[in-house]
Amino acid sequence: MTLVDFMNWSQNLNVYLVIGALLFAIGILGFLKHKTLVGMLISGELILAGASLNFMAFGHFRAPDPVTGQAFTLFIIGIAAAEAAIVLSIMIAVYRNYRSIETRDLKELEG
Amino acid sequence: MSLNITPDSFYAGLGALIFAGFIALTLAGALLAATSSRLIRSVSGLALSFLGLAGLYYYLNSPFIALMQILIYVGAVCVTIMFAIMLAEITDLPRTMPRALLVAAGSFVAAAVFAIPLILLVRKSAWMPPPAVKANAGAIQDLGRQLLTRYGFVFELISIVLLMAILGALVVARSGRETRS
Repeated sequence: MTLVDFMNWSQNLNVYLVIGALLFAIGILGFLKHKTLVGMLISGELILAGASLNFMAFGHFRAPDPVTGQAFTLFIIGIAAAEAAIVLSIMIAVYRNYRSIETRDLKELEG
Repeated sequence: MSLNITPDSFYAGLGALIFAGFIALTLAGALLAATSSRLIRSVSGLALSFLGLAGLYYYLNSPFIALMQILIYVGAVCVTIMFAIMLAEITDLPRTMPRALLVAAGSFVAAAVFAIPLILLVRKSAWMPPPAVKANAGAIQDLGRQLLTRYGFVFELISIVLLMAILGALVVARSGRETRS
């Protein structure tokens, strides 16, 4: 990578796509590794962030209408906020019943 | 390669360095959020990661989305998660889990299974060329105009979804409160 490449690397589509893929993979990693419901919610947010970074990158570099990517990301942010509110309320209800949010303890339906 | 430092190249280099900082912030925060076993640290890592992501959005010529990212994710979602952690008094003492090492190794392998093909795909694929002419500049005025015309229906649907989420969250979190007291 030359110096000129380095100076322009914020205007390179592949850089953003690789970051999005890494965010997605880190989200998968956290989703499998975390032991609590809150941790899984946090990892889900990371996966959504990777997806919206992809939308933004393609919208900026490749779409004929650059507003499309931004609008999609705004909608993803709205859906993620709704999802976080629902998941947190479910978590508080689960905590009332089980006194725990660790996924290992929530096994009443286990066969 | 000459090392003539003109003001233009100086600012371009500075911008590239700040961009690298944002990338590092995003990935380091995400790693902290995914691998830390303490929930408070996970949420803090998530907030850091979203700050870095907002910086990346700024480099994608959309300062409005960057501001919304900070306002909604860092300011609302992270704070709400933090609030729920404190409310539920989750004692996150690291309980020993059977086969914890196996689970960690398996998670890393699963993440690599997703990451490596995606990155190879990004490197190898030839995307369609950039459009010769763009419909607009992608500025905040264009975004606002399209949100109320082309995406007007989706805009209203999102507001209904948010309303339902608020009501549903209240109903779910309220149930069982009277019976215990």
